[in-house]
Amino acid sequence: MKTLHANLSKEFLSHRKDADWHNDTLWFLRKKRDYAKDQLREWEQLRQAASEIKRHTLSRLPHYLEKFEQQASQNGMKVKWAWDGQEVNVLVTKILRENNVTSVVKSKSMLTEECGLNHHLEKQGFEVVDTDLGERIVQLRQEQPSHIVVPAVHLRKEEVGKTFHQFLNTEVGNSDPSYLAEEARNSLRRDFIKAEAAVTGVNFGIATNGSVVVCTNEGNADLGVHSKKVIIHCMGIEKILPGLKELSVFTRLLARSAVGQPITIYTSHYKNPRQYTKEYIIIVNNLRTEIYKDEGFREALKCIRCGACMNTCPVYRRSGGHSYHHTVPGPIGSVLAPFYNKEKNKDLPFASTLCGSCNHVCPVKIDLAGLLYKWRQKLTKETSQAVEKTLGFKASTELLKNKTVYKMAGKCARLKISSFVLKSSYNPWNKGRKFTDLPKETFREWYKRSNHEE
Amino acid sequence: MRVGLFVPCYIDQLYPTVGRASLELLQKSGCEVIFLEDILCCGQPMANSGYEHYTTNKNYASPFLEALPNVDYVVAPSASCIYHLTHHLLKEELEQDKLQKFKEITEFLHDVKTNFVVQSYFPHRVALHKSCHGLRGLQLAKASELGGTAFSKIENLLNKVEGLHLVIPAQSDECCGFGGSFSVFENAVSVRMGEDKLKNVLHEKVEYLTATDMSCFMHLEGVFKENESVVKIVHITEILNSSL
Repeated sequence: MKTLHANLSKEFLSHRKDADWHNDTLWFLRKKRDYAKDQLREWEQLRQAASEIKRHTLSRLPHYLEKFEQQASQNGMKVKWAWDGQEVNVLVTKILRENNVTSVVKSKSMLTEECGLNHHLEKQGFEVVDTDLGERIVQLRQEQPSHIVVPAVHLRKEEVGKTFHQFLNTEVGNSDPSYLAEEARNSLRRDFIKAEAAVTGVNFGIATNGSVVVCTNEGNADLGVHSKKVIIHCMGIEKILPGLKELSVFTRLLARSAVGQPITIYTSHYKNPRQYTKEYIIIVNNLRTEIYKDEGFREALKCIRCGACMNTCPVYRRSGGHSYHHTVPGPIGSVLAPFYNKEKNKDLPFASTLCGSCNHVCPVKIDLAGLLYKWRQKLTKETSQAVEKTLGFKASTELLKNKTVYKMAGKCARLKISSFVLKSSYNPWNKGRKFTDLPKETFREWYKRSNHEE
Repeated sequence: MRVGLFVPCYIDQLYPTVGRASLELLQKSGCEVIFLEDILCCGQPMANSGYEHYTTNKNYASPFLEALPNVDYVVAPSASCIYHLTHHLLKEELEQDKLQKFKEITEFLHDVKTNFVVQSYFPHRVALHKSCHGLRGLQLAKASELGGTAFSKIENLLNKVEGLHLVIPAQSDECCGFGGSFSVFENAVSVRMGEDKLKNVLHEKVEYLTATDMSCFMHLEGVFKENESVVKIVHITEILNSSL
């Protein structure tokens, strides 16, 4: 009855040193976040404010989106709407073709990853280069990001060295981080010069002034936007905020939650196209209205993709992002994934101990553990289940509600033969653990005996 | 004060000494204790695995609803059961003030029996594991990831125990890896989490590890045994109830 997530996690953990490194690295980010949070006395008020702003914005989403479209259009931006990933890909292709563009620099966008934009463009003959260093590494390896903020965190520097040697012709066996970063920079510079268009993601869309806000630590979005004549910003409908005042709450929360920095290094506002440039904003739905319509799960749209829930999640840290087999991994990814494919992703809401740490770090206070619990109930009913699992829990339900059966089962478990079975390797519990010694009598039996004796 | 003692299924079957320590502790605190014999389980094992619809029937909720009018509080030595009762099984059945009558035992001793003096002696070096449901679910202490002023009902009680040297290991409020059926279906991650917990505890050179939830210990005890660890496991009620 092992799930795909369980199998992939087991594989990830079998490389013990790498898995420990992964765990320690992300825990380091969690600790940095804790430190950053402790520097602000108003931290919990900020989270509360952010949560309420998002709730308000979501409650009037069509209104703010229309206002945003109107303002952005007035500013000279070309605003387009895309219903799903396919439509995003077709739109981007069309824009590039209209402008005679053949090569593109992209700055990190999980949304375009979700839509499979790179793959689509490459198939159409375009050259696409991801310009965020981590994204570039996974792109060269033809992998997906394993984390939404640190996409190549599943790789050690030695592996990056090998990859760069293979694709960027760096020295054999050289995995010095400064050397590798320098070589990546040189290579990316050439890509930046060569490309004719820039595609970026969007962290926030501001309804009152129609600007899009993009946050990066490497400034790669800015390099693209500032140097190209064709610029495309892809924005999920949930990224909208009412105004700049509201934005100020989020810029204080985003980087602190993500990596413990006071603010992202580059927080860039793109409002008007320059002379001779064409700037597009594609507003993307891609199943977000499905989440929006489901009131039980709507709050998942509050997510600002900071990755804090991943860094704190003890399961994510030990199993790696790819074990989640969905674009966005970790707790929030496990909440979103079943909307994209219930049957395929039905294991993900179970890949959690429901410890609740993700709820506490979430800057917009999404009840992640509660939503995972809710999914478990829905998915058990709405997707195929292993017969033995259903029967097992049906039996447990009967056992734990019926006093006579319960007492009998307890007595049976205390028999020598049962104890032998329970402690044997046939019991899946005993993988990595030893079954506890069963006491001679239960609390009930003791209570009855001692009270009786009195 | 009349208190109904709920001894959850796994404590009844696997850790009767915890039930006994809880009963005696509550009596020492001056309560009239009624053992709620008809209540076996809160339904959490099934519900967390996606089979809540098997447990919301009268067989699971009603024994609790029937017991409530006869007692001032229902107390259990298991935060995760109390959390499940108050946040899932009975959430729709009872008003907030009635839900408040369900208490985890350290929470009860700390918040309700405010005059209760812990007279306990446990001369050992003890590490604390802050079990998730007590910590984050019932706010028995401030979790490290939250802002605001630090507090810990658990440590307040343990600090009153004579002879006890309390140690807080690294990552003491990280989940142990149990998670109910998670520990079986996601064995590899679960065991690794338990091993990491053990590593941090061993680093402190303690004799005992304590927590508010035996469910964590069902799993951790197994991992500790498998790794031939010398650290013993003891529930908080057993420490608070121990005397000279």
